[in-house]
Amino acid sequence: METASRRMLFDVTVWTASLFMTLVLVTREAMAGSSTFTATHPKWEAECGTCHIAYPPQLLPAPSWRRVMSGLDKHFGTDAGLDARTAAEIGVFLEQNAASGKRALAAPDTLRITETAWFQREHRKVPEAIWKHPAVKTRANCVACHTAAEQGDYRERNIRMPR
Amino acid sequence: MHTMGSVVGLWVAVSLGYAAWPASAATPVEIQRGFEAAAREGNPGFAGFSAQRGEQFFKAKHSNDWSCASCHTANPLAPGKHATTAKDITPLAPSANPQRFTDAAKVDKWFKRNCNDVLGRLCTAQEKGDVLEYLTSLKK
Repeated sequence: METASRRMLFDVTVWTASLFMTLVLVTREAMAGSSTFTATHPKWEAECGTCHIAYPPQLLPAPSWRRVMSGLDKHFGTDAGLDARTAAEIGVFLEQNAASGKRALAAPDTLRITETAWFQREHRKVPEAIWKHPAVKTRANCVACHTAAEQGDYRERNIRMPR
Repeated sequence: MHTMGSVVGLWVAVSLGYAAWPASAATPVEIQRGFEAAAREGNPGFAGFSAQRGEQFFKAKHSNDWSCASCHTANPLAPGKHATTAKDITPLAPSANPQRFTDAAKVDKWFKRNCNDVLGRLCTAQEKGDVLEYLTSLKK
């Protein structure tokens, strides 16, 4: 009898613990938002992926993309002007796949992904020396650490910080 | 029978050739002809393009403290790197990268953007032709 109740107590503890762990993991994943982005568009890839990697539409809310696409002639200090038809087509793709949930909560004043609240929270533990590393050079250089970023994969398992 | 085989062979070769060719195919020579026509139109005394002038223009810093070489490097046969984003840029000289100067719309788009960035204005047909003359003079 005593062994049976001990056994039951053990079972309950193990089950509760694993349930709790699962909940923690699921919540963390949901809070961070997905880190793999599969939506793609040939013109977005070609036109937005020449000077920098084509940043996933999910990283900025729709109003921000609208502002980015209406000011391409003065795009962060360079002329990235496009013909109106191509710009409109890419704009639709960006807005349809724009950030939702946590990444869209605070519509940032900035159009820089690296200055959004979610970006800074996600990268708060990255040491200053890494940002200044010659292989990184700029925060816009996702692939310097996110080795599979060009395939839309920003998962932690594919992060390699330069030494 | 032999003729039939040749006809089919030719047909297949031609179709494959078209399939492999980009939609708005051009050659650097054709693109240069376009610059020449525009240069003549703007300047009746047009006296041809110069690779040497093109090289000077390519390597000189202009009003925005940038040169073409800031991103494309002083050796257009080699890969470059974007000056602000650090992204790799494929070589610009056609002998090192046969895809360069084969799409007139793409050439126009990039000259407009990059001249605005480097010079703060559009380039003249003379300047574009000189640069292309320089780039096509480079042999791998």
